[in-house]
Amino acid sequence: MNKNIFHLKGGSLASGEKRDVVISEGIIKEIGVSITSPEGALVLDVSDSIILSGLVDLHTHLREPGKEDSETVRSGSRAAAKGGFTAISAMANTSPVADTAGVVEQVFRLGKDAGYCDVFPIGAITQGLHGRELSEMGAMADSAARVRIFSDDGNCVSDPMVMRRALEYVKSFDGLIAQHAQDPTLTLDAQMNEGVVSSVLGLKGWPAVAEEAIIARDILLADHVKSRLHICHVTTAGGVEIIRWAKSRGMNVTAEVTPHHLLLTDELARSYDPIFKVNPPLRTEKDIMALREALCDGTIDIVATDHAPHPAESKECEWQEAAFGMLGLETALSIVQKTMVDSGLMNWVDVQNRLSIQPAAIARYQSQGLEVRVGNRANLTVINPGKSWKVDRDLVASRSRNTPFHSMDLPGVVTETFFNGRATLLRGELVQEMSS
Amino acid sequence: MKHLLSISDLSKSDALGLLDTATELARVSDGPMKKLPTLRGRTIVNLFAEDSTRTRISFEAAAKRLSADVINFSAKGSSVSKGESLKDTAQTLQAMGADAVIIRHGASGAPHRLAQSQWMTGSVINAGDGTHEHPSQALLDAFTIRKHLSHGENDLAGLHVAIVGDILHSRVARSNVLLLNLLGAQVTLVAPPTLLPVGVEHWDANISFEFDDVVGNVDAVMMLRVQQERMQELYFPNAREYSRYFGLNRDRLKKMKSHSIVMHPGPMNRGLEITADVADSARSVIVEQVSNGVSVRMAILYVLLAGAPIEMGSLL
Repeated sequence: MNKNIFHLKGGSLASGEKRDVVISEGIIKEIGVSITSPEGALVLDVSDSIILSGLVDLHTHLREPGKEDSETVRSGSRAAAKGGFTAISAMANTSPVADTAGVVEQVFRLGKDAGYCDVFPIGAITQGLHGRELSEMGAMADSAARVRIFSDDGNCVSDPMVMRRALEYVKSFDGLIAQHAQDPTLTLDAQMNEGVVSSVLGLKGWPAVAEEAIIARDILLADHVKSRLHICHVTTAGGVEIIRWAKSRGMNVTAEVTPHHLLLTDELARSYDPIFKVNPPLRTEKDIMALREALCDGTIDIVATDHAPHPAESKECEWQEAAFGMLGLETALSIVQKTMVDSGLMNWVDVQNRLSIQPAAIARYQSQGLEVRVGNRANLTVINPGKSWKVDRDLVASRSRNTPFHSMDLPGVVTETFFNGRATLLRGELVQEMSS
Repeated sequence: MKHLLSISDLSKSDALGLLDTATELARVSDGPMKKLPTLRGRTIVNLFAEDSTRTRISFEAAAKRLSADVINFSAKGSSVSKGESLKDTAQTLQAMGADAVIIRHGASGAPHRLAQSQWMTGSVINAGDGTHEHPSQALLDAFTIRKHLSHGENDLAGLHVAIVGDILHSRVARSNVLLLNLLGAQVTLVAPPTLLPVGVEHWDANISFEFDDVVGNVDAVMMLRVQQERMQELYFPNAREYSRYFGLNRDRLKKMKSHSIVMHPGPMNRGLEITADVADSARSVIVEQVSNGVSVRMAILYVLLAGAPIEMGSLL
């Protein structure tokens, strides 16, 4: 049996049409009704499942180089495959920072070596993420890693002149500036969303306006210099309104929301358990509803995980001492099903758009985010939406355990992931070795 | 009741039980034999990761009057602030057999972390955490108010208390708003808008920016300490302007009702939030708050470690 010929039998496409799909030679070889299995094919009965274009994440923290105890490119790639992703985008805030061609090429090569998905490095906008001098974005764009997204994520590019120059500079190679919108002086030592809950808990507040003011400023700057702007992890109803206004004026801005901001609220901070500490912070029910609506109507273009692994000691401590961030890759699709599909807001075509087609288009990942069609690269995700599972932090593929969804029952089990025609996840189990 | 982390964990009868127990224990303290054998052989750790001589001494005196063994662990400048984690400290105290840990910590929620983790099994008593709560202070304040304005018994229904000053950063204010409401009193917060938290409109309290409008209508005025560094952080222009609008001085004292009392959790900035003559006036119960603190903290230890409150009159 040729291990790279697969016959997905009886599944549904995102549109709901029942179709068999045959994968061979790295591409989608055949799509049809009741296809005869090709010689040597592994036949998988996916009659309860949906076959989606492989998921693409534009916001992933892999921690390599520098903090390999939390995550490596390989362990993060495995977590991605388990969550149904065929491409992830490695954020630049590693140590050393990904602000040179050397570092992005290293991460890119580690991704190739791991072989579980495409690992596209994101380059830093400014040297060392300090927000002062531009990094060598041209060299990173020209490198083997072909970097197209640039971000100081973790830090905001707060100086408006630096932001203007960055937006202008990347136009020559069709780059995208992805902004972590957080005014630093309005959020000095901030711990959680500023509101009713922070007032009771005595944790320093993180006002929505600190995010919204930067979003508004950057939209105006990007429009002024006619460049492309992407807003990372939008969390507030006000931010949504500003982006909606910009889009109605035809401005070139895209935006992402994380799965956790679609589900969790700042009420969880009442436990003082830093597993719920994240940047930007969990907001209120009202914000969640606005984010869901915005994802549904396209104001927010995509879901991105902001997968942020941390070692145990960074979370087993006082809230204000703890690190910001939570795992996301392995639970993303289930959270989207729970919040968007099972609630009736979106169908699976929308899911495929928001988690695969749109992110690949925004990032210019040409081998990713393609419709499930004959001849296209076989990057596919198979999910059984009728099954549920219990999240167990001890069973994650990530090297860290900081999932806020531990012991939660979630709908939707990802059973298979195919990357360039090869199974990285098969019958719910990670394929143990992918490097060729 | 195993821990005392927040006033919000208490029912009204829990709170009254603590106050009644404190009343009984105060009688013992006033008698010839100050010491009770109740907690003999029990180990209580004072874990102070932040400076606070008065609260630490108050808890220490309370524990000793109940015959407990007291270990003082002043962590400021030692392991806790030098990178030893709260978890390691908790496990160390557990290994030493601490029956209760009284914790003062600069991080809001640190006592919750101690109590809710599996790091240790003893009782946890919050002696002030960050800008969150200071439940024993609120209990001693309620005890003091009850003694002066409610004949030392029952709840505080019908009374009106003003809390004046830096509400935003005050753990004393948070605990007091909760407890005064629980006991039926009305609360008015008086502060410049910069020193009120966003979200305060959802608290059970009236808000006022005009001390002069409030001072004549309340039964107790509770002044809060204002830290000097708040001026650098732009919360108000300078000490003079703060005192003018939010300080308790002789003129405002004159406007107070004849029976109303002046309180302060200490330490005071004389001349900033309160003038020296007001602090030392006949209306001031500030020194008495300190002595009541020992009785109330005895009651907390008694109820948490001996398992039940003492009924009023039963120790006589």
